[in-house]
Amino acid sequence: MDVFLSQVFTGLSAGGVLLLIAIGLTLTFGQMGVINMAHGEFLMAGAYTAYVMNTIIGNAEASLLLALPVGFFVGGLLGVALEAGVLRWMYRRPLDTLLVTYGVGLVLQQVARDIFGAPAKEVPGPSWLDGSVPILGYDFPLSRLFLLALSLAALAGVAAVLKLTALGRQVRATVQNRDLAETLGISTRRTDRITFFLGSGLAGIAGVALTLLGSTGPTIGSSYIVEAFLVVVVGGIGQIKGTVIAAFVIGVGQSFLEYATSGSTAKVIVLALIVVFLQVRPQGIFAVRTRSLA
Amino acid sequence: MSTTHTPAGHTPAGTTETAAATAALGTTGPRTWRTAPPDVSGGWRPSGALVGYVVLALALLLVAPAVLEPFRLGLLAKYCCWAIAAVGIGLAWGRGGMLVLGQGIYFGLGAYAMAMHMLLADAGPEGIPDFMNLYAGGVMPTWWEPFRSPVVTLVAIVVVPAAVAGLLGLAIFKRRVKGAYFAILSQALTAAFALLLIGQVKTTGGFNGLNNFQSFFGYSLYDPANQQMLYFLAAGTLLAAVALTSWLNSTRFGELLVATRDAEERVRFLGHDPANIKTVAYVVAAVLAAIGGALFVPIVGIISPEQVGVTASIAMVAGVALGGRASLLGPAVGALVIGYAETYLSESFPGSWSYFQGALFVFVVLLLPGGIAQLLTRRSKKEVPA
Repeated sequence: MDVFLSQVFTGLSAGGVLLLIAIGLTLTFGQMGVINMAHGEFLMAGAYTAYVMNTIIGNAEASLLLALPVGFFVGGLLGVALEAGVLRWMYRRPLDTLLVTYGVGLVLQQVARDIFGAPAKEVPGPSWLDGSVPILGYDFPLSRLFLLALSLAALAGVAAVLKLTALGRQVRATVQNRDLAETLGISTRRTDRITFFLGSGLAGIAGVALTLLGSTGPTIGSSYIVEAFLVVVVGGIGQIKGTVIAAFVIGVGQSFLEYATSGSTAKVIVLALIVVFLQVRPQGIFAVRTRSLA
Repeated sequence: MSTTHTPAGHTPAGTTETAAATAALGTTGPRTWRTAPPDVSGGWRPSGALVGYVVLALALLLVAPAVLEPFRLGLLAKYCCWAIAAVGIGLAWGRGGMLVLGQGIYFGLGAYAMAMHMLLADAGPEGIPDFMNLYAGGVMPTWWEPFRSPVVTLVAIVVVPAAVAGLLGLAIFKRRVKGAYFAILSQALTAAFALLLIGQVKTTGGFNGLNNFQSFFGYSLYDPANQQMLYFLAAGTLLAAVALTSWLNSTRFGELLVATRDAEERVRFLGHDPANIKTVAYVVAAVLAAIGGALFVPIVGIISPEQVGVTASIAMVAGVALGGRASLLGPAVGALVIGYAETYLSESFPGSWSYFQGALFVFVVLLLPGGIAQLLTRRSKKEVPA
């Protein structure tokens, strides 16, 4: 029972991290048909933001809380720059956006290497996240609990924006039918830009959060991006609830498989299962019915 | 997207399936930019392609061996291996519209098969590779055993990647997983493959891969004459690969492949199964990548997960994009140029290669989707399919 619970909790927090990364991806993929491979590098930027904030402030207790909003803006601004500088020329060419953003990601990685050096940097976590809380007889690390809470908070935030605000209505309209939304007077250009800001900002937050789990290096983003895209594909592109289910199922499943086998074998099995799953549901758990992506 | 009603002549990419299908199948349609005559020649007039091919052959077989010192010739041999894989990517991506980000898998399957044979041949009839004494306690997995035979190895280099690609291709394309989904999936599979190689230290050498080879089918790898022989083998294989795709493009299959790229639904309505057409192209691309990988091992002297992972797989696409994915010679020439640029830039300005490679993806895809071939043939960039 102990092992079972610990694997569930570990899996939930891993799923939370995946969710945090994948929400932004599914927003931009679903709405704009942009496969943003540089999303991982926005995450990296968030992680380095946490490192810089920590160096400037020198107080691990406060710097994490300050780094979260700053990381959001750093990621978001990078996203807006990418959208305005490159991506707006290539909407409806998803395969090409994949290559272009991969190129941007390469450049950003090298920028990070030139500024911070290739060796990974450690960001000390705040002391209030040391230790663990007993849940059902299992000691659950506070930092992982914080990650889970953070991803759920981000999810609630995105859901609230999408469901309750005028912007959210415009985003949903644009996802469902861009041309019709345009006809109804929605500036899809403006909606795109704000969505990209939100999605990339979430990557920044995810990056800050990841510094709690390990060290920060130039390739931190590329180690998560493939998995994050799988979450998006399995969940159904542009589907927040599908992304949530997929993130947690993949996170928990991987955690159990890792316990049963080894880290790399578990990843291979997860991928094989995803290929099988796509045989059953090629469009993911939930599908946008109104428009098909290439 | 196909339900969008857009006036003719004002069509965004991706909505002109029917028009392009009409064109690809040889009947006339409304004169929009996607209704150019069937682009079977990829923008190269047959004569132009032939001239280019002859120039490439002369450059590779006569000029390069005469002017390059042995070390540079060895590097060119390495670029040829990548170029062989690139020719396959040109077929799958440029002709078939499948962005394959996972050719590292097949490159790796070919390379590891060759590497296993070379290690076993070096170890002698009953011997086992050194690294197994180190990591695996002197125990060799039984599935290594067949690779003692050169014939089995050569067959495996073709058959194993073909079988894997055939199964994966059918599984993916029959369920109509395509476009971006296929690209992401192929990338994920590459990541899994690299992880598997790293994880299985006892059988694959793990992160360090397989290296320290002495001989290639009995020929010492340290003899300059044999190194030159390997170069001619690689260059000759590259030319043969280009000739093969040229022939494939000229067949009915080649036309169906382009038609599937431009209008899959229309091809389906006409009674063909696009999944089969795509799978064949994917398998040919996989086998070419595997052959490139198999030649890479004796030429470079090492194969490791780093050379077959996600980054390496996408890097293979860079050359294809630069040269022109839909043209006949573009992928091969692009891969050779990229290989040279990578060596030159990382020798002269360490660290600048990433900037260059990144900028290349952005500028070529954004401004020159047809690659260098597009400049040579002076075609509108819009005629190259997205």
